[in-house]
Amino acid sequence: MKKNILGLFLTAALAATVQAETVFVTLEKDNALAIVDPIAGKLIKTVEIGQRPRGISISPDNKYLYVAVSDDNTIKIIDADSLKETGKLPSGEDPETFALNPVGDKLYVSNEDDSQVTVIDIKRKKAAKQIKVGVEPEGIAVSPDNLWVASASETTNMVHWIDTKNNAIVENTLVDPRPRALSFTADSQQLWVTSEMAGTLMVLDVKTKQIIKTVRFDVQGITSDKIQPVGVVIDKDRKRGYVALGPANRVAVVNAQTFEVEKYLLVGQRVWNLAFSPDQKRLYTTNGTSNDISIIDLDSQTVIKSVGVGTYPWGVAVKP
Amino acid sequence: MKLVHYWRAMWGIIWRELSRFVTQRERFISALVRPLVWLFVFAAGFRAALGLAITPPYETYILYEVYITPGLIGMIQLFNGMQSSLSMVYDREMGSMRILMVCPLPRWFLLLSKLLAGTGVSILQVYVFLAIAWFYDIQAPWQGYLWIMPALLLSGLMLGALGLLLSSFIKQLENFAGVMNFVIFPMFFMSTALYPLWKIKESSALLYHLAQYNPFSQAVELVRFALYGQFNSHALIYTFAAFVVFMVAAIIGYNPSKGMMMRKGGA
Repeated sequence: MKKNILGLFLTAALAATVQAETVFVTLEKDNALAIVDPIAGKLIKTVEIGQRPRGISISPDNKYLYVAVSDDNTIKIIDADSLKETGKLPSGEDPETFALNPVGDKLYVSNEDDSQVTVIDIKRKKAAKQIKVGVEPEGIAVSPDNLWVASASETTNMVHWIDTKNNAIVENTLVDPRPRALSFTADSQQLWVTSEMAGTLMVLDVKTKQIIKTVRFDVQGITSDKIQPVGVVIDKDRKRGYVALGPANRVAVVNAQTFEVEKYLLVGQRVWNLAFSPDQKRLYTTNGTSNDISIIDLDSQTVIKSVGVGTYPWGVAVKP
Repeated sequence: MKLVHYWRAMWGIIWRELSRFVTQRERFISALVRPLVWLFVFAAGFRAALGLAITPPYETYILYEVYITPGLIGMIQLFNGMQSSLSMVYDREMGSMRILMVCPLPRWFLLLSKLLAGTGVSILQVYVFLAIAWFYDIQAPWQGYLWIMPALLLSGLMLGALGLLLSSFIKQLENFAGVMNFVIFPMFFMSTALYPLWKIKESSALLYHLAQYNPFSQAVELVRFALYGQFNSHALIYTFAAFVVFMVAAIIGYNPSKGMMMRKGGA
């Protein structure tokens, strides 16, 4: 019996190592990429990547990383295994955020200074189109059904709906001041948008393109000016959404059916961006000013560990 | 003397203490209210004050309530240890101590039994406190609630031995207020119960050293690590050594031919 238990334990341990995943974090001030083993909760290594890396995404086949290297004015293509640079994409000036479409052949970049969104053809490594949007576009997302690109402009306070077929704006939705990040639900029926200044989360209906719900955050002991929602993600079953509250140092857990805030989880300082593990059992947060990432166990809804990664962690991507 | 006599005496003492505790409902409630007030009122005010550096055994950022919970467990045991010593003084005044001391079993054994009885009571209080804290969202991994048991036993014995030692000095019940001022408060405030060591170091190097060498700090750290399933050997050795020192001193203190009893004119 004892042997059986030991055997079981060993198999479980082996399975855990097989499932191990890699978390990539861009370090804005260190000009580097941190590679973290989230199961062991350890920083594996840090590699130089270029000047001021921020936005990061992984290709749908998990082979390539795309990293916006802002001060080099480019998006670098990095081999996700060897971590070697394999190419560059013409992002336009000072790229910060971008979104990869679900097919993995197009990349949409927000060009904050030029008030435009650049559509990049990844295969040809060329800019296919530039779309004029509102002032200071920042958050950008592609719907999982690949029909829509939503771009939020910080100063115009608008979400611009771009039809992916002809890359043209079809409609605009006025939202709360300084919209920062946006994310579609897995069924492409809703778009969640965070407003940094109003401290709110808005849920938009994709069909009508109207706000159907505004969620407010209230953290005990934290003044409202510190509540600045940024990164937002929603799980694939649309049970819960998670919102990074910036300098409030909390991640809000929002019930995606009732839109009630269920819980606030304490993480590091100025929590910025969020990413799920591939099995959606964990959530990773980048904590800008405490120089670490927090690992949240989603079954128990608790923060299990914070791992130091380097100066100013910004974006996060996960490879299974 | 046979083993059964030892057992009968020890059980008698423990039983007396437990039944006294259960029947004195006010004592039970007041023992719980004290740490709960600290938790709900004091800690709530400092909610956002902490959470800058991650120190072991914690692996991530924690709220202040989470930090002071082991400290409040220590507080329960500290007060309980002192309360037992108070009851010793009371027993002496009432004469029941004389009955205990004329028992043919060795004095150290009787004192140890008394200590175990007090510690048992404090462990009960701690678990009730932790159960309430659980609903206040202060939750440790479940293994922690098992690991904490031996840690509580040792810390309870150490603080109880200190109380026992103090009770050998106290002549009358009225002097107990002095214990409050000169022992309980300094011990509690100059420890890691309310603030982590690095935070104390920021304000005063002297306080930092005092807190570091305060046996109460080590007992709190022992409990803190155990609650998160971790083992702190330094705290364990320190607490155990403090227990031995206090216990030996208390046994000497209660020896009518050598200790404080002589000066006080017997029990």
